[in-house]
Amino acid sequence: MIMPSVEILSRIQFAFTIAFHYIYPPLSIGLGLCLVIMEGLYLKTGLSLYKDITRYWIKIFALIFGIGVATGIVMEFEFGTNWATYSHYVGDIFGSALAAEGIFAFAMESAFLGVLLFGWNRVNKGVHFFSTCMVALGSIFSALWIVIANSWQQTPTGFRIEGHDMQARAVVTDFWAMVFNPSSVDRFSHVIIGSFLAGSFLVMSVAAWYILKQRFVKHAQAMFKVGLSVAVIAALLQLFTGHRSAHYVSKYQPAKLAAMEGHYDSLAVADMYLIGWVDNKKQQTTGIKIPGGLSFLTHGSFNAPVEGLNATPEKDRPGAVNFVFQTYHIMISIGMLLIGLTLLAVFLLWRKKLFNQRWLMIIFAWAVLLPQIANQVGWYAAEVGRQPWVVYKLLRTSDALSKKVTADQVMFSLILFTLVYILLLALFLYLLNRKIQHGPDISELAEDEYDGYYNNNIEHRPS
Amino acid sequence: METILGLDLPTWWFLVIGGLITGYGVLDGFDLGAGALHLFFKKEESRRLALNAIGPVWDGNEVWLVIAGGALFAGFPLVYGVVLSTFYIPFMLFLVALIFRAISIEFRSKESWRWWRQMWDISYSVSSIAITLLLGLVLGNLIHGLPINAAHEFTGNLLTFFNPYAILIAVTTLSLFMLHGAIYLVMKTEDRLYARLTVLVNNCSKFFILCFILTSMATLIYVPHMTHQFKNHPELFILPLVAVLTLLNIKRNIDARKYFTAFLFSCIITSCLLILFAVGLYPNIVISTTNPAYSISIYAAASSVKSLRIMLLIAAIGTPMVIGYTIFLFWTFRGKVKLNEMSY
Repeated sequence: MIMPSVEILSRIQFAFTIAFHYIYPPLSIGLGLCLVIMEGLYLKTGLSLYKDITRYWIKIFALIFGIGVATGIVMEFEFGTNWATYSHYVGDIFGSALAAEGIFAFAMESAFLGVLLFGWNRVNKGVHFFSTCMVALGSIFSALWIVIANSWQQTPTGFRIEGHDMQARAVVTDFWAMVFNPSSVDRFSHVIIGSFLAGSFLVMSVAAWYILKQRFVKHAQAMFKVGLSVAVIAALLQLFTGHRSAHYVSKYQPAKLAAMEGHYDSLAVADMYLIGWVDNKKQQTTGIKIPGGLSFLTHGSFNAPVEGLNATPEKDRPGAVNFVFQTYHIMISIGMLLIGLTLLAVFLLWRKKLFNQRWLMIIFAWAVLLPQIANQVGWYAAEVGRQPWVVYKLLRTSDALSKKVTADQVMFSLILFTLVYILLLALFLYLLNRKIQHGPDISELAEDEYDGYYNNNIEHRPS
Repeated sequence: METILGLDLPTWWFLVIGGLITGYGVLDGFDLGAGALHLFFKKEESRRLALNAIGPVWDGNEVWLVIAGGALFAGFPLVYGVVLSTFYIPFMLFLVALIFRAISIEFRSKESWRWWRQMWDISYSVSSIAITLLLGLVLGNLIHGLPINAAHEFTGNLLTFFNPYAILIAVTTLSLFMLHGAIYLVMKTEDRLYARLTVLVNNCSKFFILCFILTSMATLIYVPHMTHQFKNHPELFILPLVAVLTLLNIKRNIDARKYFTAFLFSCIITSCLLILFAVGLYPNIVISTTNPAYSISIYAAASSVKSLRIMLLIAAIGTPMVIGYTIFLFWTFRGKVKLNEMSY
């Protein structure tokens, strides 16, 4: 058997471990926010129903968080094990962001999760709610530092290069310029809202399934409303952050945007594809397009010039153009679909017709997959579109490897992780399914209390 | 070079990382030790109690590992790359063990089938032991030194790691964590499990004392470079003295069944041994057995002065916060562990 190179194996290993990891943190970030709302409603209304659903989702949160942590530590260590040259090159910057993540975010999240899970009888309601807020906040801060570190690789600023060749390294000259590099804010808001969508759609999916099965109906409707309130705002905001991200990609990583849109030649008026196919050999893209759409998207005008892939030398631009094009377009299509779905649900909720639309509940039960797919493919487009650079225009991925690690070693670890992660995913899905089947533990009178509360409130309204 | 309170920045950062690793050893040390002892408890209720004694805190404890890793990456990126890529296979096994440990704790209680719980109990205990041994093995090799050439490249192979000294350190680490874990558990439990643990604690302390004596002798004989600092700074002799006194105190408190005090002392001895290790290495982090001149010192490996200064500020703000959460968490869950519907 011919052994693939260390570079290919290490890239596959990193892509695989990060893609798998990236299923969980967005879910826990989104769920964290939903938990704050659910428990907030419990504190505000005192209704057992909200306590029931909070406790239920905390258990699912813990399951997701646990796998997120276990797979996240792998990433941290892989920088050193597989990418030692990269570690040396970016230690000053990437390392400090990673350390800040641990000390400012992860510690907070983990400590308060203990209280969340085991503290119901140990602390009072207020402290418990405070802990929930801290867990949610911690998960958001975590994402903030990680996205900052990643964004610096995409649009590096606030540094200078010391040393030459393999001994070269980036040294911080301006910490805040490094933190607020040109893409940090947009990429963070895009990622965090994508995470809110992932979590809220999980809540709605489970709720929709209960409604279809006519189980825990009152509880499920309450869950659904919490999920929907997050999802509809997030879906609309995502349009805005997505647009801004694309705008900044065109400005700072024009080759990536050109790959996303499959444009080879720099054009005076650039079209935007809705769907299409890129032939990298013939340098041709075919598909359905909006004339001048890309010019409008990036420059706010239908006839502004947009740089094509050929403006960048072939060795300095992404090779997998069709892959970047497709992943990017899948993300956008799903984004549009989510806006439509959530707006429709809000409209029907307002008309008090939402929960008896079986077809829509079936769609929502499955729709949990959509934000997951969008997050994954969006991430692929961003990362593959950056190639061949690991640090944009500074360090090539092929130069970032550990010098002494052999293909055998990486093959061994790759096989090991593949097996472990398949097992992990199977167990996760099995246990998640078990928890969903079991449903929330319902307190006595929860539903009567709930009906009473809302009926009374309606009666108290001035007519 | 810029100094703060008479110490240069790389030395400060060396202290920060040392502090974080010590924090990790003290905190995760007891829950890893509890894991290593898990299969000694035969009854289902005992196992659940033991698991729930660490339930609310183990995740927070593991955070110290993540922070220490990040701190090493940030402060001494060269060492981070060299050490992790050199120990490629041990670290990969370590990561897999970490995953299995986390999911064992999380998944065990989710089904009540006998085989299911038995399987996760074994996975939990074996992975806890594996994590401890692998960490000890890496530590042992760092003390012993590695064949590193002038380009900071490792020239040995997987077998290089399994030298007798490193294996001894690995076993000593296991004995220390088992003792630490046993004391923690006996402190947190009552009734039958407590009675079982009082026996275990005594055995663990004998095991550790034996390892401690062997390690001390082996270090003096085989790795004399660990004592170089003591020649220049005789005041450092207080450290081994404290270690020995602490050890005697642990024994005395265990015999008197004062487990809380014994636990404080087992925290001290864990710290003491890690500090001894750090003092012995300083100012190097990776010692080359090929040629002492090829060793990687903190000065050769350090990040830029500016970066170190920023991170010291981050550490100065962040560390009290992390310690604060840790205290809050341990205070919230003080007292003997009781099972309820939210338990594992």
